[in-house]
Amino acid sequence: MRLDRALLLHLAVLAALLALHFAAPPYHHSNIARIMVLAIYAMGYNIAFGYTGLLSLGHALLFGAGLYSAGLLVYHGGAGAAVALAAGVLAGGGMALAVGLLALRTAGVAFMIVTLMFAQAGYLTVLYFGAWTRGDEGIVIPQAARTIAGLDLASDAPRYLVALALFAVALLANLALVRSPFGRVMVAMRENEERSRMLGFNPFTVKLAALAVSGLYAGLSGACYALMFGYVGAGLVSVQYSILPLLYVLLGGAGTVAGPFLGALLMFYLIDWASALTDAHQFVTGAALVVLVLFAPKGILGTLRARWLRWLP
Amino acid sequence: MDFGPYLLLALMEGLVTAAVLALTASGLSLVFGIMRVVNVAHGEFFMLGAVLAWFTSQWVPGPPAVAFAVALVLCPLIVGAIAALADMLVLKRLHYEPEATIVATIGLLYILQQAALSLFGPDARPVPPPFAFRIQLPWFGYSGYKLAVVGAAVLLLVAVWLILRHTRAGLVMRATQIDRDTARAFGINVDRVYAGVFAMGAGLAAVAAVLIVPIQQAHYLMGGDPLLLSFIVVIIGGLGSLRGTLLAALLIGLSDGVISTFFAPTLAKIVATLAVALVLVFRPQGLFGTRAA
Repeated sequence: MRLDRALLLHLAVLAALLALHFAAPPYHHSNIARIMVLAIYAMGYNIAFGYTGLLSLGHALLFGAGLYSAGLLVYHGGAGAAVALAAGVLAGGGMALAVGLLALRTAGVAFMIVTLMFAQAGYLTVLYFGAWTRGDEGIVIPQAARTIAGLDLASDAPRYLVALALFAVALLANLALVRSPFGRVMVAMRENEERSRMLGFNPFTVKLAALAVSGLYAGLSGACYALMFGYVGAGLVSVQYSILPLLYVLLGGAGTVAGPFLGALLMFYLIDWASALTDAHQFVTGAALVVLVLFAPKGILGTLRARWLRWLP
Repeated sequence: MDFGPYLLLALMEGLVTAAVLALTASGLSLVFGIMRVVNVAHGEFFMLGAVLAWFTSQWVPGPPAVAFAVALVLCPLIVGAIAALADMLVLKRLHYEPEATIVATIGLLYILQQAALSLFGPDARPVPPPFAFRIQLPWFGYSGYKLAVVGAAVLLLVAVWLILRHTRAGLVMRATQIDRDTARAFGINVDRVYAGVFAMGAGLAAVAAVLIVPIQQAHYLMGGDPLLLSFIVVIIGGLGSLRGTLLAALLIGLSDGVISTFFAPTLAKIVATLAVALVLVFRPQGLFGTRAA
C-alpha cells in the first residue's frame, strides 16, 4: 500500500488510540475498548452497506454467530480463547455466505425484509435453545477462560491492547480492500449494477463476496465481545444490534473507512451523555436516525469528502 | 378435554388472532401498496392505540363500555394524526425513497417506543372489556367479547373495502397508486393523499389494538409481535395486495392458534419467519399475489 495522506491519516488514528491507552482515565479507557470492538462490527456493516449498497437489517445474525460460537465453545466446549476467536470469525463469514446465497436473490426492500426475518429467526432460535444459551439472561464466561497467549482479556490493559491490535488489522485491511480493484467493483455494484454487469462482472458473486467479508468482520467483533466483556445474551442478537451498525455508519459516513469508528465513538458518547441527563436514551437513537437521514444522509466524513477532502477513502 | 373440542378452541383463538392481524396487516399493506413505503413503525402505531385506550379507560367516567366506545373512535384519530404529521415532516421530505424511509421509520419506532415508556411506564396495564358474557358451548365456555372482536374486525374490513372501491376518496387513492405523476397532472393533491393513506394505515393498526387490548393488556413493547406478523402476512399475501393480505392473515392466524396450542409458540414463530424469508426469495409476488412488476 502506498504511504500517502489517506494511509497516514488512518495510522494517525491508530497512534492516537495507542496514546489514549496511556492517557485516558479508566472509565473512558474501558469505553474506548468497547467502541473499538463495536467499530469492527460497524466496519463490516459498512463494507456491505456503504461500499456495496446492500442495506441489511439483519447483521445481528452475523454478529451473533461470532458471539455465540465463541461463547458456547468456551463455556460448554471448554475451548481456549484463541480457538474461540477463530471459530467466531469463521462462523460470521459462514453465516454470511449461507444468508447471502438466499437473500441475494432479492434486492432493495425485499433484501431488507429477508435479512430482517433471518435475523429474527436467529434471535428466536437463541431463545428456543434456552437450555444451552440461557436466553435473555445469557451466560457469563468465567475469567479463567478469557486468556489469549497469556494476555488476560478480563483485565483492562491487555483487553485494550488486544482490541486495538484487532481494530488496527481490521481498519488497515478495510483500507486495502476498498483501494483494491475488487473494492472498485464493489462500489460499481452500488452505483450501477446493470452497467457493472455489462462490463463483465457477476453481481451475485461480487455481492456474495462482499457480504462474506462483512460477515468475517461481524463474526470477529462478536467473538471479541464475548471474550472481552464475558457476557453472551440474546439481547445482543436482537433487532437493536442490527440497527446499531447502521446508525454508526450513517453518522460517521457510509462508504468511508474511518466513518464507522467515528460514528461508533460519537454515538456511544452521545447516548452516554444523554443517559446522564435523562433515561430516555432510545429517543436519542431514534432522533439521530431521523435527523441523519433527513439532513445529513452522507454522514460526517461523507459530507467532508463531498465538500473538501476528495481524497478520503 | 378431547382432541376435537381442543382443536375447536385452538381454531377459535386463531380466528381472534386472524381478525386482529387482518386489520393491522391491511394497514401495512395499504401503505405499501399505495405509497411504496415499508413502515417499520407500524407496530408502534398499534402499541400507541392500545396505550391510548388505557388512558381513555382511566379518564372517561361511567361504565367500561362508554370508555371503550370513546377509545374506538378517538384512538385511531389521534394515532392517524401522529402518522400524518410524521408523513408530512419526515417521509415527504425524503421523497419516499425506499431505503431512506425505512431508516426514518426505524427512527420513528424508537421515538414512539420511548415516548410510550416515558409517559405510560414500563408496566403492562389491563383495560376492562366493554361487556363480559360467556358463551357456553357443550365442552367449554368462551368469551363473548372475543367473538365480538372477530365481528367488529370483519365489519371494519368491509368498510375499508367499500371506501377503496366505492367512494371518491378510494378512487383517488387507487389512481395515485397506479400512477402518481398522472394523478398529479389530473389535479389530485398527491401529498394529501399520501398523508391520508399513512394516517389510515396507522389508524387501522390503532383500531386493531383497541379491540385486542381488553384481552391482551397494554404494554410499551407490545408492537414487536404485530409488526413481525403483519410483515409475514403482507409478504405471504403478496406485497400491496389487500385481498392476499386478508387470506394470508386468516391462514397465519389460524395456524398460529393451532401451532401455539399444540407446540411451542417460539417454534411457531421461527417456522413462520423462515417461511416468509423463503417466500420472498423464491416467490417474491407472494403465495396469492399475481405477478408484480
